Amino acid sequence: MNDNNTPNDWLFEITPKNKFFSLNLKEVWQYRDLLLLFVKRDVITVYKQTVLGPLWYLIQPLFTSVTFTIIFNNVAGIDTGTIPPFLFNLAGITVWNYFTACLTGTSDTFKANAAIFGKVYFPRIITPLSVVISNLVKFGIQFFIFIGFYIFYYFQGANLGLNGLILFFPVLIVIMGILGLGLGMLISAMVTKYRDFTHLIGFGIQLLMYLSAVMYPMSLIKDKLPGYGWLVEYNPLAYIIETARYMLLDVGEISVLGLSYTLAVTIAVFFIGLLVFNKTEKSFIDTV
Amino acid sequence: MKKDIILKAENVSKQYRLGQVGTGTLSHDINRWWHKIRGKENPYLKIGDTNDRATKGNSDYVWALQDINFEVERGEVLGIIGKNGAGKSTLLKILSKVTAPTTGSIKSRGRIASLLEVGTGFNGEMTGRENIFLNGAILGMTKKEISSKLDEIIEFSGCERYIDTPVKRYSSGMTVRLAFAVAAFLEPEILVIDEVLAVGDAEFQKKAIGKMQDISKGEGRTVLFVSHNMAAVKSLCTKGIVMENGNIVFTGEIEKAISEYLNLNNDVGSFKRYKSSEGPSSEIIRLLETEVVNEKLENKSDYFINESVGIRIKFEILIETDDLVLGLNLYNNEETHILSSHQKDQILNYGIGIYQTIVWFPNNFLSEGIHFCGVAAMSYKGVFRVHFHDINKFCFNIIDEFSTSTARGTSYKGKFPGIVRPILNWDNVIRL
Repeated sequence: MNDNNTPNDWLFEITPKNKFFSLNLKEVWQYRDLLLLFVKRDVITVYKQTVLGPLWYLIQPLFTSVTFTIIFNNVAGIDTGTIPPFLFNLAGITVWNYFTACLTGTSDTFKANAAIFGKVYFPRIITPLSVVISNLVKFGIQFFIFIGFYIFYYFQGANLGLNGLILFFPVLIVIMGILGLGLGMLISAMVTKYRDFTHLIGFGIQLLMYLSAVMYPMSLIKDKLPGYGWLVEYNPLAYIIETARYMLLDVGEISVLGLSYTLAVTIAVFFIGLLVFNKTEKSFIDTV
Repeated sequence: MKKDIILKAENVSKQYRLGQVGTGTLSHDINRWWHKIRGKENPYLKIGDTNDRATKGNSDYVWALQDINFEVERGEVLGIIGKNGAGKSTLLKILSKVTAPTTGSIKSRGRIASLLEVGTGFNGEMTGRENIFLNGAILGMTKKEISSKLDEIIEFSGCERYIDTPVKRYSSGMTVRLAFAVAAFLEPEILVIDEVLAVGDAEFQKKAIGKMQDISKGEGRTVLFVSHNMAAVKSLCTKGIVMENGNIVFTGEIEKAISEYLNLNNDVGSFKRYKSSEGPSSEIIRLLETEVVNEKLENKSDYFINESVGIRIKFEILIETDDLVLGLNLYNNEETHILSSHQKDQILNYGIGIYQTIVWFPNNFLSEGIHFCGVAAMSYKGVFRVHFHDINKFCFNIIDEFSTSTARGTSYKGKFPGIVRPILNWDNVIRL
């Protein structure tokens, strides 16, 4: 019998490989409810059956800030200028935490979801996207606490100033989320075949933090370690943290060149991550 | 008539690498990449054994699927059957886009949703209601679609009382019910189902089969169904594909596909001879041969429905006895026990030696299809005792015929259900 249908009226085709670059945005949009439900699941299930609940979101940055203040400011004597060291550290840590949460959360996408990915199809990118978005909720809560301390220090008489650029703060956070997502997708794709990357990421993030100007101003490293300053200067994250502090506390410097560089790196990393992720999602289940 | 093809698989193959992922993989990856940048073919695609799990292969690569081609029409319920490891689940995984084929392509004119294993994506911490939404969304439904069907889903699952309790408090049966309920109300054009019926209690299975029948018959949905439950396959499917070692060995009507599968599945023939010491036995009797024969006492495996079928039993008596009765059990290819028979009320005085008897199934008695047979020997004068019971050890095939001498007759060509097919006497119709 003759199949009279024209060959191109198929709804879709399953082929061995994805096209070189195909982010099916239409498909992602169809699954938008799933994205929201994943975010909801992540947010409400993390602290179920804990007594302190979402308070855990606050305890971690507060204690880290206290520790940093004691070690780096009181013991090592890093100068934060007119800004109270605790607030300086809290600003850096709050922003930095969002990046780490995005990176670690997305970097084991394939491995952690192998059971569900192995049984049913939905656009895989939904999972890392949901991680980035649900961490935004966590970041929001932590940022709220920062505002609390900001007001507290303000009434204590500390010399604090908001910068007008604060309006661009959300943009900065989005850039950071995209960078974390891109890097996380890249790593998650590689982890499916070579587990070595799981080990790398644990201490890699810690090392990166010391290179990202979280607990010191960027100018400091240039003064004290001129030979190694480039390590920080080539780190796009350092510019994000420094700029965040500039917006929130009006301290440090803002470098247009540095930010452009950060933006370029972010876009590049995101697209490479997406590319590798897309390539991997088709058959990772055979190797994971 | 133009066929309305909704799904088409063309030369689909899938290769897997055996063994562990380690440094060897890295060197293969580098080699593959090196071939690719020079514009050469992937060197590992050429090698690869067929996927017979029982034999030891020479290569690290196997083809789980090899050149699979088939078409599915809209509204068709296709059963995919085959032994474990035949490639059924791999095929479904490719269909549901969980993994990509190594070569070939599948084209579809409808949305495919799979029900590979129920309960995927259930989160124990969330309530039944929250999980319905989550699971539905994973399976591709929108929130709106789920909301509109929520009541039906809850009712179908029969978990109303627990619907606001976290799923981790559910019994496993309840989880399955809830999950199946969500999936049953999916509305894709093509539904892929793998072995879901193996779970749940009898009542729920019945409900599940009924729902699937509604889906396929009432709503005209296309269903691809993989199962080892032949009765379920037979009652649901219209067409069947039989797979073996990654190849399709048969495509066609579901009944024929099932008997093809059962043929594959059995190295059982129509003649069985035991080595002298290995036959089923007790200290009194040992079975030597069983054979299916026609009226001329010739061995063959296929019989027309209007032929008599004889079962020849050859056995050895090891001790003198007068307390021995032979029996026989007959099963059809759905493992329904059709009948039992034994040598009733015969008193036989056996001396030591070799004996033979034949038991006859009359013509126009058995239904068409494969029949499995086994013989037994027992004593029941004193204490009831079974000497041996050799179940399903040989088989024969009954073929129906359009003929005046069959129960079917010459004019009806359709499906003829029932486990036996005798010719019954219909009295002349009288006018009252």
